[in-house]
Amino acid sequence: MTAISDREQLAYIAAQAADARVNVELETEGMTLNIGPQHPATHGTLRIVAKLDGEQVIAVDPIMGYMHRGYEKLAEVRTYPQVTTLINRIDWVGSFANEVPFILAAEKLMEVEAPPRAQWIRTILFEMSRIANISLFLGDMGLQVGAVTPAFFAFRDREHVLNQIEAATGGRFHPNFDRIGGLKDDLPAGWITETKRAMKKMRNFCDEIEGLLQGNEIFEARTRGIGVIPADVGLSYGLSGANIRASGVDWDTRRDNPGGLVHNELDWKVWTHVDGDSFARFWVRLQEVRESTKMVDQLLDGLPGGPIMAKVPRIIKVPAGEAYVETENPLGVMGYYVVSKGDLVPYRVKIRSASFNNISITPWLLKGVYVPDIITILGSLYFILGDIDR
Amino acid sequence: MSRLSSTDTPEETADVAEAAVDNARSDLLTHLAAQLGDGLVESHLAPDDDLWIRVTREAWVDAGDYLKTGLGFQYFNFLSAIDWMPSPFGRDMDSQVDIELGHDEASEIDSSLEHGVTGGETRFQVFARVNDIVNGLGVTLKVDVPDDDLTLASWTGVFAGADWHERECWEMYGISFDGHPGLRHIYLPSGFEGNPLRKDYPLLARRLKPWPGIVDVEQMPGDDDESGDAS
Repeated sequence: MTAISDREQLAYIAAQAADARVNVELETEGMTLNIGPQHPATHGTLRIVAKLDGEQVIAVDPIMGYMHRGYEKLAEVRTYPQVTTLINRIDWVGSFANEVPFILAAEKLMEVEAPPRAQWIRTILFEMSRIANISLFLGDMGLQVGAVTPAFFAFRDREHVLNQIEAATGGRFHPNFDRIGGLKDDLPAGWITETKRAMKKMRNFCDEIEGLLQGNEIFEARTRGIGVIPADVGLSYGLSGANIRASGVDWDTRRDNPGGLVHNELDWKVWTHVDGDSFARFWVRLQEVRESTKMVDQLLDGLPGGPIMAKVPRIIKVPAGEAYVETENPLGVMGYYVVSKGDLVPYRVKIRSASFNNISITPWLLKGVYVPDIITILGSLYFILGDIDR
Repeated sequence: MSRLSSTDTPEETADVAEAAVDNARSDLLTHLAAQLGDGLVESHLAPDDDLWIRVTREAWVDAGDYLKTGLGFQYFNFLSAIDWMPSPFGRDMDSQVDIELGHDEASEIDSSLEHGVTGGETRFQVFARVNDIVNGLGVTLKVDVPDDDLTLASWTGVFAGADWHERECWEMYGISFDGHPGLRHIYLPSGFEGNPLRKDYPLLARRLKPWPGIVDVEQMPGDDDESGDAS
């Protein structure tokens, strides 16, 4: 082994540092900070290049595509039932909810309607994926400000919901359970009682999170008044879900345009907050999980009997036409614009995913904030990379 | 729920809507026709469901601006494009199983342009959707973009959110947007050549390894007419 002198070693380190500086513009006043692609706050592989002036952000450029899988292209060569396998993987923590709008769009073109029982079970699983998805956020939001306990609680209690989703569909993360015209299977025996128990546990979990974070001095200081989105800006960027409701916009597709789901037969409330800051987004989501658990309880009580599958042909050919269906998914509004030419495969599927619009506001929103707030603001916007990159 | 807007109550009015007119959407169409004049080429109204309009290239920004400021469509939903030229590879990227099952006539390549709702003249169409969230209405706008000049005025001045959608559209279809602050790659690496969502862009994975197609059609619950035994 040859020994390297100190001078050689220093030269080597300097060369390495110069290589690492490829994307960094050295200026006298500002600096460029690269966050990601591998960073716990990015829920996947989002890279953020922030130009800083001292502690303040002057400009931010989110760089994505590390996980771009080209689902819109792939959907053009797959039959309609095969597409659901792909779109399960868009928002991978609330998978079942991804399937619903696509299936509804195909059903709309085929003029098929799922029987009532299938619609109710769909709504149950739809809301359960919301709980599984947002409970992850509730734990994660604590993690962004340095509180680790909520994250452990979230992973512990989320399991109750995932177990129930698995018991019903066979898939913990990617159920692939929705079919054009209904559902793959009926619910297993004893599922209703177990699910009610899980919902109760989730309500306890919400109380725990509330006790841990809401009113906590550090949490409030890091989220109140940080990352304020005015309603009109949010609308022009196409924000949806809790992000827009936290800015005081009373709009929920579940209530205003329920489509093929049965939310309008339930007693529930759309929560809004006027502040539009990181805390408001956290608070609205916390209330949403509570509402969802109540909805699931009501749905389980009123579950109608009957078949779970409408009469559909074995080989599904969708008549020519265009349809756009959107639903209120855990991350926000998700829609599929399906163009059919009467084939086995869709001609074009435009996937309108919630996170893509939600995160497109970051260059505007992060301008002028302080470096540590980048993390809490990104955390409060809550995106899943699969939902951005598709 | 109680707070359903009067125009969009799906269940109650669905039967009446067959004969009745969708007042909210037809009013909207009248306003658009009056404002845009010749700019509005064609429209398609599905009562109590949806509205599509096709505008000229010159009227594209005006239509978005009028919808936002004049008619309360403040919500920018998405923007994308469609390539109406059927793939020059025909259906050869499908598996033999699927072809036998589904489309027997599809062996010859049909290269004629066949447009969807609201018609069209060109291979590429850009389409976008905006919403009026107070009244629960949505409009899909389409615009023809001629092959020899694949440019369109940018919507970024009207809807800030159009920025990334136009970048994606530029990358995937090669349509450029005049007035866009920076058309850069958004998903693909910066030296990428080609426009993947164009129909004449081959899907290499299929070229290298043929797709098995429908190898087993799942038995559907209640699907007893084929097999004879009810599940």
